[in-house]
Amino acid sequence: MNENNEKILQVNNLKVYYYTSKGTVKAVDDISFFLRKGETLGLVGESGCGKTTTGVALLKMPTPPGKIAGGEIIIDGQNIVELSEKEVRKNVRWEKIAMVFQGAMNCLTPVYTIGKQMMETLTEHKQMNKEDAKKLIVKYLNLVGLPEHIVNRYPHELSGGMKQRVVIAMALFLEPKVIVCDEPTTALDVIVQAQIINLLKDLKQKLNLSFIFITHDLATEAEVSDRILVMYAGKVAEIGTNQQIYGKQGPMHPYTQKLLKATPRIHEKVDELSFIPGTPPDLLDPPKGCRFHLRCSEAMDICREKEPQLIEVEKDHCVACWRCTKNV
Amino acid sequence: MSEINKNDNIIEVKDIKKWFPIRRSFSEIFKGKQRYIKAVDGVTFSIHRGEIFGLIGESGCGKTTTGKLIMKLLEPSHGQMIFNKEDVTHIKKEKLSQYRRSVQMIFQDPYASMNPRFKIKDVLEEPLIIHKMGKDRDERMEKVKQALLKVKLTPAEEIMGRYPHMLSGGQRQRAATARTLILSPSMIVADEPVSMIDLSTRAEILHMMKEVQRELNLTYLYITHDLSTARYFTDRIAVMYLGRIVEMGDPDDVIDNPQHPYTKALIAAVCEPKSGKVNIVKEVPIKGEIPSAANIPKGCRFHTRCPYAKQSCIDNPEPELVEVGPNGHLAACSRYIDIKSEHPVL
Repeated sequence: MNENNEKILQVNNLKVYYYTSKGTVKAVDDISFFLRKGETLGLVGESGCGKTTTGVALLKMPTPPGKIAGGEIIIDGQNIVELSEKEVRKNVRWEKIAMVFQGAMNCLTPVYTIGKQMMETLTEHKQMNKEDAKKLIVKYLNLVGLPEHIVNRYPHELSGGMKQRVVIAMALFLEPKVIVCDEPTTALDVIVQAQIINLLKDLKQKLNLSFIFITHDLATEAEVSDRILVMYAGKVAEIGTNQQIYGKQGPMHPYTQKLLKATPRIHEKVDELSFIPGTPPDLLDPPKGCRFHLRCSEAMDICREKEPQLIEVEKDHCVACWRCTKNV
Repeated sequence: MSEINKNDNIIEVKDIKKWFPIRRSFSEIFKGKQRYIKAVDGVTFSIHRGEIFGLIGESGCGKTTTGKLIMKLLEPSHGQMIFNKEDVTHIKKEKLSQYRRSVQMIFQDPYASMNPRFKIKDVLEEPLIIHKMGKDRDERMEKVKQALLKVKLTPAEEIMGRYPHMLSGGQRQRAATARTLILSPSMIVADEPVSMIDLSTRAEILHMMKEVQRELNLTYLYITHDLSTARYFTDRIAVMYLGRIVEMGDPDDVIDNPQHPYTKALIAAVCEPKSGKVNIVKEVPIKGEIPSAANIPKGCRFHTRCPYAKQSCIDNPEPELVEVGPNGHLAACSRYIDIKSEHPVL
């Protein structure tokens, strides 16, 4: 892990709410975290926990009817929440922070060739002439392990893994500092998944990039992330280093513990897989106290009454659970 | 508790093939040429009564097509299927309807496999009406209730009055399982039943499916791409590659001691939730990408990606499944002994 302590991204008390006809859905409710230079931070959680919402909010483009309701997103010393859309478009999005979207196969337009789509980003942002742009495209295609002739192909002619590589290349174009990857491997087959994970690790080292890696799969996260942030119902449940979460000592939050237990391990024979009973709460009307208490087997009285704060229990290890933090 | 009787096969599939014709160009019609997508290209296996048989592979390997052939949603181009000692390869009408009562299917997407305008009770009642079971509505409703209780979807009365969108993914998959159980089938084809369900509840659904299976002595054909859950869930697995089975056996034997190079790569690629792997590049002993099923390589169909391939793998005819270990562990690799001492060449 990179020992450089420079924080390239700092998120303070971020709130993203969806204003629907039924009421306000607090999809991301007061979360704070940071990302160091050259580090990968994993965002894990079940569907609907707010991990994708957080991801797109970092680029300041929440999906309507979502809005950033408060907090700060500081990239490179600049709070982008305050900036106007025009400034974000011009200077931040894709220049400082880029995103690899969920289901990359669907984010390329089927009617343009790969080269034309890639060219668009460059001419729009850098006013580059076609010759230079072409050279750059070839450079980045090679970087992600694709042959040159791909520029004349249409998306449907490529396999899922190749399309994913194209999308990664496009995110790298403007040399952003942070790349948000939203489930980049979920729709792919296991072997292709492993290849893409290897590619991301390789790029991280070569270009000293910082990644936010969003997935629902704790097993994938163990392979790529230096630090892991576990979300539950719009809140941070636990943040810890790879060693703290997956090492011998194991995670501290009951939710992370249970999620890890429910993750099947191929090389271990078990008779019964464990699971977490119940479903995540409805965020239109989240339960009082700790949001996990309804599914938690270790809930105490205080868990039903007061919401636990995220407290640092050891270096780099923060937990929001009354049981874990009562001694601190 | 169900017992697996190894001498009693509920279904036998013999050299089954499904070739989809490709639309021909003018010159191809002129020359009388016809090319095919060989989705399933000679698959042979049998499932014992009371067994959970897992069919594993990447997308495009033909596992779903095999499932559809067994459901008789597709007509095989070649081969034979024997169900309960009766040939069901080309059955029609009456017999087909009877067969469909005994073999039911759970689909991948619990969101798309139910009519959103039907209440759960209507969704579950429909198969009873189609198969003319139950005298009147009251009797059918009683059956629906029983089926919901079997999959522990409670309170059953209340669930029956709900629409599919009012249920969570896990509950919907339970309802889908209840729908298959309602005709008291003897075999269920489950095509990726948990791949769209959250990890935290995935195990719960598998657990329920296993319980139902034991209680009613059902046989499952479990189609999946996920080796880790297959290990926990199945009694026997078969790994498919480009329309053929390359390895088959007890899940513990196949996963702990894979013999075919493809199975080895597949297992090496699976992520595990363990610490200390962030800075290590994972070695996956396989080359390139999966070839098109329209243009299957000569000789061993895996040779284009195999890190152990020799000229003989291209020249010799396709290797058949041979016994490579105890408990009926089979693999289709002509060099499975040699490669034990070789290093993969990528």
